[in-house]
Amino acid sequence: MRASPCCRLVTAATDTLVTSIEAVEQGLGAAGYIASRQIATAVFLAERLEKPILVEGPAGVGKTELAKALATWLGLKLIRLQCYEGLDEAKALYEWKYGKQLLYTQILKDKLAEVLGHADTLPAALDRLHRFGDIFYSPDFLEPRPLLQALQQPTGCVLLIDEIDKSEQEFEAFLLELLSDYQATIPEIGAIVAEIPPIVILTSNAGRDLGDALKRRCLHLHIGFPEPRLESRIIETRVPGIELVLRQQIVGFVQLLRKLDLKKLPSVSETIDWARALLLLHVASLDVDMVRDTLNLLLKYEADVEAARIQVPDLVARAASCRS
Amino acid sequence: MQEPLIRFFRAARGAGVRISPAESIDALRAVEIVGYADRTALRDALALSLAKTLDEKQALEACFDLYFSAGTPPGPAAEQAAPESDRGDLTQMLSTGDRAALGTAMAEAAEAAGLAEIRLFTQVNQFARRILEGMGLDRLERDIAALAATAPETARTLQRAREALGEQVRELVDRNLVLFSRGETESLREEALRNARLTALDRRDLARMRVIVRAMAKRLRDRYARPRRRRRRGQLDARRTIRGNAGWGGIPFITHWKQRHVEKPRLMVLCDVSGSVAAAAEFLLLFLYALNEALSDIRAFAFSGSLIEVSQVLETLEIDAAIGEVLRRIGFGSSNYGRALADFETGWMASVTRRTSVLILGDGRGNFTDPRTDILKRIGERAKRVIWLNPEARASWGTGDSDMLRYAPYCTLVTQCNTLKRLERVVAELLGAQG
Repeated sequence: MRASPCCRLVTAATDTLVTSIEAVEQGLGAAGYIASRQIATAVFLAERLEKPILVEGPAGVGKTELAKALATWLGLKLIRLQCYEGLDEAKALYEWKYGKQLLYTQILKDKLAEVLGHADTLPAALDRLHRFGDIFYSPDFLEPRPLLQALQQPTGCVLLIDEIDKSEQEFEAFLLELLSDYQATIPEIGAIVAEIPPIVILTSNAGRDLGDALKRRCLHLHIGFPEPRLESRIIETRVPGIELVLRQQIVGFVQLLRKLDLKKLPSVSETIDWARALLLLHVASLDVDMVRDTLNLLLKYEADVEAARIQVPDLVARAASCRS
Repeated sequence: MQEPLIRFFRAARGAGVRISPAESIDALRAVEIVGYADRTALRDALALSLAKTLDEKQALEACFDLYFSAGTPPGPAAEQAAPESDRGDLTQMLSTGDRAALGTAMAEAAEAAGLAEIRLFTQVNQFARRILEGMGLDRLERDIAALAATAPETARTLQRAREALGEQVRELVDRNLVLFSRGETESLREEALRNARLTALDRRDLARMRVIVRAMAKRLRDRYARPRRRRRRGQLDARRTIRGNAGWGGIPFITHWKQRHVEKPRLMVLCDVSGSVAAAAEFLLLFLYALNEALSDIRAFAFSGSLIEVSQVLETLEIDAAIGEVLRRIGFGSSNYGRALADFETGWMASVTRRTSVLILGDGRGNFTDPRTDILKRIGERAKRVIWLNPEARASWGTGDSDMLRYAPYCTLVTQCNTLKRLERVVAELLGAQG
């Protein structure tokens, strides 16, 4: 357990904002993110327990968006690390500034005589040199990458580690130290501990199963497709100016579409895109032809579009009737 | 307040949620923060800190509902039965209809009886009786008997309340049985099934077996699915090193080392689907297709009399339906290994390369037909390796019409394979062997 009173004193900024589950819900709402109760609970607990959140769920349900909204609400910097196969320490944590090191060696070469000037014997010269031993591997020559940057932020930050499932298992193991202790070890310097633990959000599309060790260190949040009412509220905030009737029809239609047997079900992001398009086209209410023409905004595979196209009249009729 | 939660963790483990001690500590801290007042918040907090997959989440939530659904104690028994001091506590509670007190008493008695230890359904009556006795059943019965003489009306209502209470307690015990017995019996059963002979399986267990096979395959897949590289220590990749350090005038700050990709196996599986071997074939195919991601290429063939390719069927249909379809096409005929091998040679020998592993599943009983070991020899020469899995016990190889011993010299590995455990071992070996 990480009881770190020194940290608690300085995190007051987030502490005053994250006071209860309701406060989180409202705060995220103000930042344009309509959170379900479960999401709000996760954020609340993550802040209190100082634990990262691992967010899983289908693409486009707002996993990455959650981190952005959280940063906006708390007024913290968002540091993002996009994961991909082949991502390693040098790109994620730190890199030595080789060029600078090289330059300094050249400069120092000329100064060498001055440094060693008075030493008569070899041991004496070496002794003098040893005093300068580690200058090239000091924080001055360190190029911080996202993870190190996140640890060094003086006011804390939101660290988004996006699509962790895309990285390799070795990288996952490398993250464990950061996630459990909010510190990173650089062999030449030692452990660098975060002054203020960042709020860490990891997202995963379930491309592969993550290791148990990683999961154990995180709160595990699964965001699925939203309920009709929640989705309607999301559309309301993200697409301002849309009529209530159309909004309900859109949500009703998409919800019905998700019940079909499709390769890729439409997500919230697709619903938002579609709603925006319909708004631009000045559509007052759904009609069959319009839906058919814009179906490719919702569905990303030709086979899915074909399968849904046949059912459009039926779905539109049901979407129109199911609105309350 | 921790005791009920800790018991809940145990129940959740039984329901298939893996909970480590560290996680239970986290969950306790989470619950401390959200408190017990808000039921949804409590449930969310537990789900967030304990369950790590969607399946586990659902299992945990179901378990939560079951565990925290408080049994409502029986309603008021007698409207105006004046509480008398010489009656037992239980009589008092029943006659005043004090639900809260009854609930507490029931929980206390259940605790004292060690209800969380219940494992078998045959224990239900025993536990129910113990709880009732713990609540003071003896005294109640004496009271009822005493009242029967003086106030028969009150006695009758009390009797009814007593019966209702009995029901309530039984329900409580049943619920606990569901909660706490699940884990152990499941794991016991799974272990038994892993070791059960594939050919002598009960139809009822097939569904469960499939689940186990999928879980086994998943474990292997996780281990082997990622592209594997092995560093060859000590061999500098000069080209990449120079290129990578060009920015610093070619001074090698970052070194690159030669790597070797470890190939995923390419498989060709020949399954005997005649009579007794069919069951084993089904599980082997199920296993291999669940492994899909860890393999670069898999082609399946089925034979009894003659041999056909069944990859298409297995890829398009659900595995159960697919197996049925394969059996329908090729039937339970009597097997002819010689013919099957000849079919394979004419049709597919060209696709066997030095990277292919050929897996043959069969008992090697060709009904005294020509075994055509020469073909197997040629396959062995082309392929990386030939592995023969035989569901029969080693002792019966070579007896009767079994040609197993004749085939054996041409195989890289011949092994007995009649339980899931052995199957897993063979497949792990197949994946683990470095190419």
